[in-house]
Formats: sequence, C-alpha cells, structure tokens
Amino acid sequence: MKKHKKLLLLMTLILAFSSVLAACGADKNEGADNGGTDKPKEQVFRMNLASDPPTLDPGLAQDNTSNTVISSVFEGLVRKGADGTEEQGVAEKWDISEDGLKYVFTLRQDAKWSNGDPVTAKDFEYAWKRVLDPNFTPASPYAYQLYYIKNAEAYNLGDIKDANEVGVKATDDYTLEVTLENPTPYFLSLMSFQTYFPVHSSVEGNASWATKPDTLIGNGPFKVSQMTKGQKIELVKNDQYWDKDSIKLEKVQMSIVNSSATELSSYRNDELDYAGHPTGNIPTDQLSAIKKELGDELMIKGISSTYFYIFNTTEEPFDNVNIRKAFSMAIDRKAIVEKITQGGQIPAFGFVPPGIKGESDEYRTEVPDTYFQENLEEAKKLLEQGMKEKGYTTLPEVTLIHNSDDNHKKIALAISDMWKNNLGVNVKVQNQEWGVFLKNRTDLNYQIARSGWGADYNDPMTYIDMWTSNGGNNDTGFKNEEYDKLVKDAYATSDNAKRMELMSKAEKILVQDNQVVMPIYYYSSVSLVKPWVKNLHLDYKGDIDFTRAYIE
Amino acid sequence: MLRYVASKFFYMLVSLFILISATFFLMKAIPGDPFMGEKKPSPEILARLMEQYDLDKPLFQQYTKYLGNIVQGDFGLSMKKQGQSVTDIIVDTFGPSLRLGLIAIVVSVIVGVLLGMLAALYHRKLIDNIAMIVSVLGIAVPSFVLASLLQYLLAEKAGIFNVMGFEGPLDYVLPVMALSAQPIAFIARLTRSSMLEVLHSDYIKTAKAKGLNWFAIMFRHVIRNGILPVVTYVGPMTANIITGSVVIEQIFGIGGIGKQFVESITNRDYTVIMGITIFYGILLMLARFITDIVYIFVDPRIKLTGGKER
Repeated sequence: MKKHKKLLLLMTLILAFSSVLAACGADKNEGADNGGTDKPKEQVFRMNLASDPPTLDPGLAQDNTSNTVISSVFEGLVRKGADGTEEQGVAEKWDISEDGLKYVFTLRQDAKWSNGDPVTAKDFEYAWKRVLDPNFTPASPYAYQLYYIKNAEAYNLGDIKDANEVGVKATDDYTLEVTLENPTPYFLSLMSFQTYFPVHSSVEGNASWATKPDTLIGNGPFKVSQMTKGQKIELVKNDQYWDKDSIKLEKVQMSIVNSSATELSSYRNDELDYAGHPTGNIPTDQLSAIKKELGDELMIKGISSTYFYIFNTTEEPFDNVNIRKAFSMAIDRKAIVEKITQGGQIPAFGFVPPGIKGESDEYRTEVPDTYFQENLEEAKKLLEQGMKEKGYTTLPEVTLIHNSDDNHKKIALAISDMWKNNLGVNVKVQNQEWGVFLKNRTDLNYQIARSGWGADYNDPMTYIDMWTSNGGNNDTGFKNEEYDKLVKDAYATSDNAKRMELMSKAEKILVQDNQVVMPIYYYSSVSLVKPWVKNLHLDYKGDIDFTRAYIE
Repeated sequence: MLRYVASKFFYMLVSLFILISATFFLMKAIPGDPFMGEKKPSPEILARLMEQYDLDKPLFQQYTKYLGNIVQGDFGLSMKKQGQSVTDIIVDTFGPSLRLGLIAIVVSVIVGVLLGMLAALYHRKLIDNIAMIVSVLGIAVPSFVLASLLQYLLAEKAGIFNVMGFEGPLDYVLPVMALSAQPIAFIARLTRSSMLEVLHSDYIKTAKAKGLNWFAIMFRHVIRNGILPVVTYVGPMTANIITGSVVIEQIFGIGGIGKQFVESITNRDYTVIMGITIFYGILLMLARFITDIVYIFVDPRIKLTGGKER
C-alpha cells in the first residue's frame, strides 16, 4: 500500500516538473535566434499598439493607432521630413497659385502600388471623392478634413449632386489639380495626413479590403504581411516603393497589448525596441525608477496637445466669469507636472501648445501664453467679487468629472485639494466611464470637466476654430460673436501675419477675457527607445515615423 | 433520455431569448454611441452614420430587426472596426482563447485531482499540509497578481519565457500557469474532501477486507466516487475559462475573445457586444447541458425525472 502511494506521489512530482523542464530545454533552441538579451542583428523594429487599429482604410481612420500603421503602408503627395518640412512624396513638385487657391501637383512616374500598378493622379482623385461621396458607407468621420477643397463640403453634405464640381481633377495620369475654397497656408502639410492618401481602385465595392493583407494594397514603404486580431500586426518592406533604397528595415512587428506594465516588462526583456507614446503607454508610477535605470533610453519630447478643464458656462456657478477666473488662478500647475505627471509636461496658461507653426517661428514663441497668472490673493478677490455679482453667500455645490483613468484621477484630486486649501471651496470629484463621460460633456450635463485636444494639422486654427458658437467640439456653451468673426476673418485671408494676429486675438478672448477653458499643461511624449534603433522621429504632434529607421 | 434532452434544449432556447432581449435593451440604455470620441464627427456625418447602421430607428424596431437577422444567422458588421463582420471577429479570436483554455483545463484537472488525492491519502501529514497551503494560496492570490509575478520572475528576471506574445509553445506556459492556479486549488480541495469521505466509507473497507488490489480500489471505487463533485465544478469552469479570461489576455497580449468583448463594450460596438454575448450564452448553456449528461453516467443514482413532472 505505501509503495503505491509513493508511486502516485512520484507521478505528481514528475508531472509538475516536466513542464518546467521542457520549457527550459526548449528555450535554448529558441533563445538562439531571438538573440536573448543581445541586441538583434536583423533589421526588425518591434513596437506595441495598445489596441487593434479600428481600420486601415485611410479614408475612414481617425485615431492614432490606425494612423501609425496607415502612414507606413500608404504615402501621400508629400511626406513629412525629419525636420517637419514637406518633402517629396508621390508628388515630385507642386505649384501654388499667387492667391493660394490653386495647387498643381506633378506626380513622379516611378511610384507604384504594392501590386506593381503605377500610382496615378486618378488614384488620388478617386480616393478623395470616395471619402466625400455622400453614399460612402460607413460615412467617413474625417471627411471634413477635405472641406478645404472647393465644393467638397457641399458635395459631402448632399447640396451638390455632381462630383465633377469638387475642386480636384486629374488632368492626366501624373498631374493633379486642386482648387481650394479659401487660401489655406497649411494645405500642403495636409497632404501627409491620412485622409488625403490615395487608395487603389480595387477597393471599390469591397468593404473589407483593409482587413486582409492580400487585398490591402498600399503605396508606402511597407506592406502588411500579417494581421492577427488583438495580437499582432507585421509589416514587411514594400519592394515596389519608389524610394525603397532609403528603407533599411525589413520588418516591423507590432504587438497588441493594452497593459502598460506588460509593455514596460517586455521592453526590459528586449521583446520590444520601443515602448510608450504615441501608440502605447509607460506607467507613470514607474517613471522615477525608469529615469534612474533607463535614463539614457528615455525619450521625452513636448508634443502639441493641451490638457485642460472646461467650465460649463451655462450652469451655476460657472456662468460667472470671475468665478471661472478664480478657479483657474488658484491651482499650482508646476506642482502637478512635477509631482504627478512627472513626464516633462509644461504648465499651460494658453490654449495653443508649443510646436505649432506661427508666422515665421512657433506660434507660442510669437504669442506668449501670458493670458493669466496663478495668484492666490487675486483669485480670492475674484471669487468674492463673482459671488457678490451672483448674490451667493456660499458657493453652490461643485462637481468635477473626468473619465476613469489613474492619471486623470490623481490630477483631479490634487486640483480639488488646491481649490479647497486656496479658495476654501469643496469640489466633488467624480469619475465616469468613457462613453458616459463623453455623453455628459456633449449634453452640457456637468460643471467642470476634463478635456484634452491634439492637433489635426500644424496651424493654430486646429485649436481655435473649435470654440466657435456652433463648433461641434465646443462643449462649454460659450458663444461669442466677436470670436466667431475673428475665426471667419482668419479663414478668409491668405496673409499669414494677419491670420496669426486674428487667431491670437481669438485665443485671448477664449482664455484671458472669458476663461472658458482652464489650461493645465501641454502634453509631452514619454517613450523608451533601445540604443540600437537609429533615425526614429516623432513629429510636432508626437506621431512616430519609423519608416527611415534602422537597427545598428 | 430523449425527452430529457428535448426539454433541456427547449429551456436553453428560452434562456437564450431572454438573454438576447435583456442584453439588447440594457446595452442600448448605456449612454453613448459607437461613433463618439474626443473628436466628434459633425452632426451631419453622425446622423448619416446613425442612419446607415439603423440606429435612428425606434428601439423596438431595431430589436425586431436584430432578432430577424440573427435567426438567419446574420450577426452583422462591427460598427467600430470597419469592414469586419461579427462572425469573423468571433471565429478569429475564439481560437486562441479555446486553445489556451483547454490546456488550462486539462492541467487544472490533472494537477488538481492528483494534488487532492495525495492530500487525502496522506491525510494530516506533511504532504497534505503542503497541498492545502498551496491551494489556499491558489484561491487567495488573484490571477492578475500571479500573472504579473510570473512575468517578473520567470520572464524578466530568469529570462526563460517571453513576457508577452502567443506564438511558440513556450508562450503558453505562463498564461496557463496563471489561468489554472485557481481551478487547481479549488479542484484539489474538492477532491480531497470527497476522497476522504469515500476512503472512510464501508464499501472501501469491505473492498480492502476482500483483499482487492490497491489500484483496483483506487481507480474503480475511490476515484470514481470521489471525483463526482469535480465533474459538477468542471462544467461551468470550462465555459468560464474557454470564453477567454480578459485579464490574462490583456496581461499576456493574447488575441482572444475576452479582450474583444471588453473592447466592444467600451466602444459601444453594439453588434459585437450582442454577437459575443450570444456566443457566450450558448457556450455556457452547452457546458451545463453536457455536465448534466455526464453526471448521469458517472452517478447512476441520479434519475432522469426532469422532463415529465415539471
């Protein structure tokens, strides 16, 4: 009897250890080609995406993740160079008319699709009109990015039926003529934006073309070779790409993990060459440890996005401007970026972040964000004055809402604490699920809400025109005729100096005079890059460009 | 038997209908829509999208239309992931969850039962104590803590495994360990207590007295009877594990169905939410159903009375 029992015990032990042993044994074989902790010798770049890209159709994409993949699989008329200037893409040269309304692009003749077909001007005309087509299913949420083109908006909204009236025309295979609605100084830079990318004519009638590698025909430096939902996307070099000699990477592997802890762990374990912004995350609570251990690999760069709170100007007590000002002046932004976010963010006193082009330099350098200052005495005075104007003896109950996220929560709690200590007001902090939060914000069902805004294009207008009375993203109830007029005038003129002046006036109305928004900080991009990755670039808004990168 | 199966099947259909209806209306009651985001589409585009996906119709009409579609086996297209059908999403992502889940179940059952048997045979001895400490830990430590710990120790520090990924056979080890710890602990405890009961029963004593050999006693009598509670537990556990552990899938970067489910809810991707819910519902009900049938074979004392008297 005893013997048998021992036999059973032995069996269990063998079973328990065999898996571990098998694992160790197998590892030696696999470890060799992975290179273990040694730096990889192949031209393979590995990064992480926090989620599946919702779509790889350039006409439908509107998020960062999709854009990261699309920008390496497709190429527009121009591409963004390392220094942010426009370089030749599919277009070899371009002529812009004196009044800034007409663009003639001459396409290179050696640009090819990944299946070998030539990329022609017709592909661009087709792609743009496809997005604008009112019958396009599903409707493209970013169609408005094309509204600079003459009659594009009218055609998209169904006011004009004939697509030929839209101001884009392929006059021959390699010439594309574009007519604009208004002179738009930044139109050329939009040519490297995904909505302006060409699509191959074979996509017609195939709604799922962008979900499978064999129908996903692109014209960029890479092509998609493998897509496994929720797990990985693999890109390989596109041999048909016209500038293939500049492309050194053979492969780009993108894992799909929505856990910043796993991402960091994998980076440390040499499974990733790049971790963090813009497609992943680095856990904030580990930043101080990372600075110590991986200081040389940490890359912090200001990007043009603003983190701010908005006031509901239609709801008590924030229908009073002095109370809004008091709240905005009574917090310590420096403490927030140094103690909480810790990632090189810059305290914000304006709405347009650094990195956005102005007349000849950066807008933020030409127009400093001195719209207000943190000043406790002043804040108390303003609060008192505001309360007198409203006839309050005590301030009504105030609730601050933010979407559920650790960082937002920490910031909200710190700020409400500052308000309590500095102004003596109690502010309740409430977190809400993303969808619920957005709905409440849109419906003006809040008093103070968290918000964030990043650029669509490199011009202050991308921050200014959203606050017009009918702006779809103006969730504050703020309506100001003077503001609307300034924006309208800025759109109509091609004189860049005048545009900047008009927009800075508008920003002053928004922040200094009305304090509709309470700027907190300008975002930064925090990421880790292995030392063997060279020539990797982040642009002004933090988008990553790995197409010209190489491993050394 | 046939009558029993038929009645079970009928109740399954009824439950499924209730599940579908309840999920549909609850889901629509959550604020938000699939097209929301920090940057909103313009009102005109939003209206067009709503129309294209039939979201502008009255709720009840949407409901009946949806029911009509699923009866024809059409689960529709994802509203967030353009061009992907719900069926594709389920088919593509259920594979990894199923593979991982099945391995975890086999490991849990074998290790759990063996551990429980050992503990029962060495009742109140060192091995019993060790087994029970292990199982208390297994139940008490949440899987995400264990997962992170395994990643840190075995991948980052020891360098044996990859932190994430799901390609080679090695990549299965950590997620399986994290996923099966809790079931192992539970099964071990169940097996131990029921085995102890059986070991002390009269018929075992009789068998021993008759001089039956040890293996015959163990495998014919003790295990067969002792394993009964485990069978009850394994059914629902199977359904739970193969439908994808969201946490494990997130942590190890596995493209499973659990991840898609959570994502679809955050995105308000209505068709995907419904599709996966129905799929889960069917799986759970089938698991229950099979458990009931297996039970009959394992324990003849259970009578099939369900069909007639109810």
